[in-house]
Amino acid sequence: MTEVPLVNGEANRQGGALPRYVLRLYVTGTSPRAQVAIDNLRRICEQDLRGQYDLEIIDVLAHPEVAESEKILATPTLIKQLPPPLRRVIGDLSDKEKVLLGLEVRPDSTTNDRSQ
Amino acid sequence: MTGTSAHATDPAVQKLPTGIESFDIIAKGGLPRHRTTLLSGTAGSGKTVFAMQFLAAGIRDSDERGVFVTFEESAADIRTNMRSFGWDLEAWEREGKLAFVDASPDPHVETVESGSFDLGALLARVEHAVKRIGATRVSVDSLGAVFSQFSDQSVVRRELFRIASALKAMGVTALMTAERTEDYGPVARFGVEEFIADNVMVLRNVLDDESRRRTIEILKFRGTDHQKGEFPFTIVPDGGLVVIPLSAMQLKQKSSDIRVSSGSAELDKMCGGGFFRDSVILVSGATGTGKTLTVTQFLNGGAAVGERCLLLAFEESRDQLFRNASGWGVDFERLEREGLLRVVCDYPEILGLEDWLLSIQRTVAEFKPNRVALDSLSALERVGSIRAFREFVIGFTSFIKHQEITGLFTATTPSLMGGTSITEANISTLTDSIVLLRYVEMFGDMKRGITVLKMRGSLHDKGIREFTIDKKGMHLGRPFRNVTGILAGTPVHVSPADVERIWSHFEAEGSEGRRAAVQPHGGERRRGSGDRRRSP
Repeated sequence: MTEVPLVNGEANRQGGALPRYVLRLYVTGTSPRAQVAIDNLRRICEQDLRGQYDLEIIDVLAHPEVAESEKILATPTLIKQLPPPLRRVIGDLSDKEKVLLGLEVRPDSTTNDRSQ
Repeated sequence: MTGTSAHATDPAVQKLPTGIESFDIIAKGGLPRHRTTLLSGTAGSGKTVFAMQFLAAGIRDSDERGVFVTFEESAADIRTNMRSFGWDLEAWEREGKLAFVDASPDPHVETVESGSFDLGALLARVEHAVKRIGATRVSVDSLGAVFSQFSDQSVVRRELFRIASALKAMGVTALMTAERTEDYGPVARFGVEEFIADNVMVLRNVLDDESRRRTIEILKFRGTDHQKGEFPFTIVPDGGLVVIPLSAMQLKQKSSDIRVSSGSAELDKMCGGGFFRDSVILVSGATGTGKTLTVTQFLNGGAAVGERCLLLAFEESRDQLFRNASGWGVDFERLEREGLLRVVCDYPEILGLEDWLLSIQRTVAEFKPNRVALDSLSALERVGSIRAFREFVIGFTSFIKHQEITGLFTATTPSLMGGTSITEANISTLTDSIVLLRYVEMFGDMKRGITVLKMRGSLHDKGIREFTIDKKGMHLGRPFRNVTGILAGTPVHVSPADVERIWSHFEAEGSEGRRAAVQPHGGERRRGSGDRRRSP
């Protein structure tokens, strides 16, 4: 199925001062909701985590055993693997405030664009 | 898959024997095959045990594989908890016979909801697990716990419906548990019964007269039959849940006309040649009238012809029983050595009645006795409620009749001189024969009387005979011809002249109606003559 391998964000040009986010998004196949979630997440990452993240997208239909070991129930589920603590956000990620809250990301002060 | 097409073309709903033997009886064959059944119950009613036993029985008895989806307890907890039932879940997992889908909440991970979602990952995991091990049985425990993991309940309801449809499409037979808040109230919380309403069962755990009473009830099996009403069950350490089917065995027993000895030639004669082999005899009397003696003779009479005998004693200690027996010339120790006798001696309070029934059934299955004596039922009566007691007696009598065992129970009457006990009131219709032992006061002497009140399917001596007890046991004497009111507990002496006169009335009524007339008027005759005696 449509497994999207590692999508690397831009290399961090600001040195080691900022934390690096390792994110995993679990979706179901190519459902519209999966696509919405992927688009929403990419936008949020580009706006608030530019150059600070690694994103992996996993299709649970193709890799149910991964969903099993990670105990994923809902799709889409976004997991922040790093930095600790582990956090989960479920849903199509349409509420950006909640996504950032869930990931414990403090919005970059230089980025003021909050429009969806 | 194959299951779907088979289901669509099948005219009638098939049953899948669960392997929970006694449950299959009340379910008339098992759970509806290829369908989902909702099992609802309050906290602690045994839902998880049933759900796992459904899989365990399949794995153990018919090599059917199972998937356990847990939303509540973690798989690790379940593995530990179920070990006490003798189910080695880890071994089955290694052998590919059992798979967990662990959907229990992780308390260490915070979850935020942002936008719409579905439970697609869960469905994918369930489907994957079923395919991976080739499962035909799926248990989901419990639905209520899914709702508590998510804030949007309409989404959860929709998704559970999707999962239920997917299970159907996979052709598995599924069991889903759900919580309810009251033992007698709505079937389940969250309205889950709306989407798996075809088959609904309820487990109850009710406080009944200070003791817990577990029951299972099948509310409905759509398109197929089942037994109605609540059936008591118990959960035992090495077997899990065991249902006690009350009506399952009723009225199917064979009735034999083979006679066995009561252990007393004279009592045999009173009974018209002994007890029937597959019969249940109740011996009722006040304390000290000779019940334990009757039991001892009954066992000795069996052992004398090489029959195996089981004594369940709830009133006296082992030492007391053995000493009593030797006082009547019966050597229990020798019988035990020869393997003809087993004595189970316990306080009735150590188990509930359901557990007693099971424990007795297991002892019987293992020892395979020809005779079982229980001394006394009245001691068991105080363990549970009247209803539980009646169920115990029904279950026990039907069980031993099925095994072609002769059963003898004793019941203690509360008053010394007569009357009836609750025990008798509850079980007299269930027994085939009733022997009454009574004290009879005569001119400052306490004598003992014995009568065979009922002997189903046989003629018997209807007189009340005096009996004495010595070192050789019980000796029957003459009938109490001139005493009346013995059974009612108010013996009244009647002069021989009166007796003659009364009997002559019956003679005068003519030979045709005599037989019929004696029986219904027997009671009146006694009362009338007693009044006559008192009035002047």
